[in-house]
Amino acid sequence: MTKEVLRVEHLNKFYGDWQALHDISFTLHQGEVLTLLGPSGSGKSTLIRCLNGLEDFKSGAIYFKGQKVETNSKNWQELRQKIGMVFQSYDLFPNFTVLENILLAPVKVQKRPEEEVKTEALRLLKRVGLEKYVNSYPRELSGGQKQRIAIVRALAMHPEIMLFDEVTASLDPEMVRGVLQIVTDLSQVDHMTMIIVTHEMNFARQIADQVLFLENGKILENTPGEEFFKHPKTNRARGFLTSMDF
Amino acid sequence: MSWQIITQSLPIFLKAFELTLWLSAVGIICSIIVGILCSLVQYFKVPVLHQIITAYVELARNTPLLIQLFFLYYAFPVIGLKMSAQVCGIIGLVFLGGAYMAEGFTGGFAGVNSSQIDDGKALGMNNLQLARYVVFPQGFALSMPALTANVIFLIKETSIFSVIAIPELTNTALDLIGMYYRSNEYLLVLVIAYAIILIPVILLLNYLERKVRYGTFGD
Repeated sequence: MTKEVLRVEHLNKFYGDWQALHDISFTLHQGEVLTLLGPSGSGKSTLIRCLNGLEDFKSGAIYFKGQKVETNSKNWQELRQKIGMVFQSYDLFPNFTVLENILLAPVKVQKRPEEEVKTEALRLLKRVGLEKYVNSYPRELSGGQKQRIAIVRALAMHPEIMLFDEVTASLDPEMVRGVLQIVTDLSQVDHMTMIIVTHEMNFARQIADQVLFLENGKILENTPGEEFFKHPKTNRARGFLTSMDF
Repeated sequence: MSWQIITQSLPIFLKAFELTLWLSAVGIICSIIVGILCSLVQYFKVPVLHQIITAYVELARNTPLLIQLFFLYYAFPVIGLKMSAQVCGIIGLVFLGGAYMAEGFTGGFAGVNSSQIDDGKALGMNNLQLARYVVFPQGFALSMPALTANVIFLIKETSIFSVIAIPELTNTALDLIGMYYRSNEYLLVLVIAYAIILIPVILLLNYLERKVRYGTFGD
């Protein structure tokens, strides 16, 4: 049995009177990849944003490595260094170069020595094939390149979990593969623990150890990856998979 | 129109010119500092301070500088707070300018994309780090047009200092007209003097605006 890294218990989230997440519970173990699937508006992004405190929630609890997470902003600031996140918007900080973007948080937030982080940044950039852009500004890069650097920027913090929120949803189709390849590598080579929101079904099928299928803020299915795609339990999930299979 | 009248008045105007320039510079620099501090408080909604600054901004923006100066110069001495005319002038200008600058910067900070803030937070930054590395540099660039407008506005507002007997440009011109009845000449010098200050300022600020415009960092 591998070690539990993240556990969510009975999480409820409201926007005003409207309940966005209903009684969400799941457990994530070391090295596992959890994929959140479901139609738009089902609460996938809301859920993943709750997991590093970008959204608050009304009731329920999150446990990080067995410790209950105190949901105050100071504590989240600490914890976010261990929970990396990459967004759909592939935003880098426009006023910093690629290298400065990567160094910023490890050096200023984590207070690690700049030389050490720099060496690591260059190694990571090489890994994603972008070492020649080290001194470029974000506006000189394509969306796919920016997203790969955003992943590097998050990895440079040495996170224990990575959250990916529809990281390829706004990219040109040609750019998607490169980004997904990096995420796949992270799982297969580094055995990174990850939570992924995606609409790329083939990718999800390849990478998911566990699938949460959400609709209207409720978990309809919590199934091992392969099993979900082969034998979805609910009609809703079957319908969803059919509609995605064009 | 007599050139002699103009040339004779130039040494007096030069002194007034220097004074206007100095008062404007001090007033604007202090206004920018006050504005930045206030807008950061507003942006992060610092409890208590947030409400105090909202009240300050509304008070300062909704009363004329003229009245503010009267209060500082004529009413404050009654409660035992006596300041020189120039100190009153600068305090008044910063009181007004700080509020305008705060509004300008607050607008710029609000324009920073929320995804940029998410990025900063997700990287573990605290509010101070977010302000320093994300909100401020990007928001400042976005507030450049407002900053330019405010700087020009504040330079022109120094003309109101004439009511508390500060010998700046407008006061000097009015004095000379009162003494010698040569309004054409003195008003011409006055207008040119303001133009000499304002045109380079506008050109410089427009240049900076282009330079820091969002997305063109590093040029």
